[in-house]
Amino acid sequence: MQPDKQLEDIRAIIARHKRWDMMFLVAGVISLMIAVLTFIALFSHMLIDGMPRLSWEFFTSYPSRHPEAAGILSAWVGTTLVMIVTALSAVPLGIGAGVYLEEYAPKNFLTEIIEINVTNLAGVPSIIYGLLALGLFVYQLSLGQSILAAGLALALLILPVVIVATREAIRSIPVTIREGSYALGATKWQTVYDHILPYSAPGILTGVIIGLARAIGETAPIITIGALTFIAFLPPSPVKEEFPFLSFEWLMAPFTVMPIQMFNWVSRPEEEFQFNAAAAGLVLVVMTLAMNGLAIYLRYRMRKKIKW
Amino acid sequence: MQNKPELNLDSIQYKSEVKNLCFHYGEFNALQNINMVLHDKQITALIGPSGCGKSTFLRCFNRMHDLYPGNRYDGDIILYPDDVNILSEYVDPIEVRMRISMVFQKPNPFPKSIYENVAYGLRVRGIKKRSIIDEKVESALRNAALWDEVKDRIHELAFNLSGGQQQRLCIARALATDPEILLFDEPTSALDPIATASIEELIADLKSKVTILIVTHNMQQAARVSDYTAYMYLGELIEFGVTDTIFIKPKNKQTEDYITGRFG
Repeated sequence: MQPDKQLEDIRAIIARHKRWDMMFLVAGVISLMIAVLTFIALFSHMLIDGMPRLSWEFFTSYPSRHPEAAGILSAWVGTTLVMIVTALSAVPLGIGAGVYLEEYAPKNFLTEIIEINVTNLAGVPSIIYGLLALGLFVYQLSLGQSILAAGLALALLILPVVIVATREAIRSIPVTIREGSYALGATKWQTVYDHILPYSAPGILTGVIIGLARAIGETAPIITIGALTFIAFLPPSPVKEEFPFLSFEWLMAPFTVMPIQMFNWVSRPEEEFQFNAAAAGLVLVVMTLAMNGLAIYLRYRMRKKIKW
Repeated sequence: MQNKPELNLDSIQYKSEVKNLCFHYGEFNALQNINMVLHDKQITALIGPSGCGKSTFLRCFNRMHDLYPGNRYDGDIILYPDDVNILSEYVDPIEVRMRISMVFQKPNPFPKSIYENVAYGLRVRGIKKRSIIDEKVESALRNAALWDEVKDRIHELAFNLSGGQQQRLCIARALATDPEILLFDEPTSALDPIATASIEELIADLKSKVTILIVTHNMQQAARVSDYTAYMYLGELIEFGVTDTIFIKPKNKQTEDYITGRFG
């Protein structure tokens, strides 16, 4: 074959392959656009409906029969308090379980079963956690329809997320670092406390925040344990004037949360309440995005210091 | 090759004695019946082709294999002068690691400051007094020939150092706790020739302070730095003796083939 001819053939093949490249690029961009545009459409719809309702009063008013006077005070306070309970219980439990599974657990059949189950727990529908919490926390432990019961229910829900994130963060630490610590005579706990935990903190933190961002929008388990939908008072303050200055009465108080407040408004026939729901939705989305943004920022900050 | 002073074998005491050492990874018999000695304040090199068990042997000395399940030691490694068998199940591996330090193949500084890296062994031992730690960190960095290069940035992250400096930092970290034996597992295999030369020089200098056991797959390195050399093949110790003898007049044909490059 002539060299010229050969070169022409090669060019034809390259051109054909490049057409495939182009087609995949177009398909990829379209797939991405469907996801992004859907979100933008939803968000802008909510923005148009809800934006006019957003005012200082909206955040400082209790729900009301009159849509223009109704606000989300009890809902955002409830959400904040429930999230505090969730974070305070899920983070230590999840990290503890993750560290145990990665660093301490013997590698045997039982551990393997536990590992598979933990991963599967992340896929259990959230209403099942609601039922579990209703039986266990509300009735069995007599916690009632309280902030504590709701926070613990959501903690159960995000526990697998925290455990999996912890394990993955720990697994990304090179074995040479671990051996370096042991070779200096460190015990297992010293190695975990001085090295494993600090170096896996960015990954764990990301998992925690992703878990909390999921929990903040959960409605089903909270409804199942019986959160109120209309509530015109705040839980008792956690700070007191007299000794010991801290009060935990709020843990046992009835409450509502943002998604339930939204659900309540959406189910009203009056159109004005729909605008309230959109405004509350806007606040919820911003809360979630802010949490994810915080996760990204903290991870970036902490990763800068850690290189292998 | 530099001239070494004549070794008077009788005057040098044993720091450690390996007796009938066998080691199993699960079913696999990685070390078979090894007998040798480490002379006090001398450098002993372990050479041999890849997979011959030299790193496995080295890691018996600080009970590194205890970190993973399914490993088994048989035989003794006696540490002198207190005559204790460090492989005994009654001896805590952590105690062994506090007496015998190790430097790894790839520099593995912790993602902490230079100071904290060197201080870690002291902190593990519960030393809290700032003045003691300061003093030990400085002397360890001086002994590792790193002090002059880092004294102005001792609280900066260790990752900002070059590869060779990181490895010297790891040596300082191992020295800070005044170990009785220092183990090196191919300490220069990840370094360029200049950094390698400075590490070799450092190892030679450290001989006055500590007994050294070094694994290397670079025969010239063994010839340059060590006083004694052990040649291993397929988990067995083929020949052990004074380095000059091993390299100039090996008794065993296999050793000679490996050293002259006909094999390996």
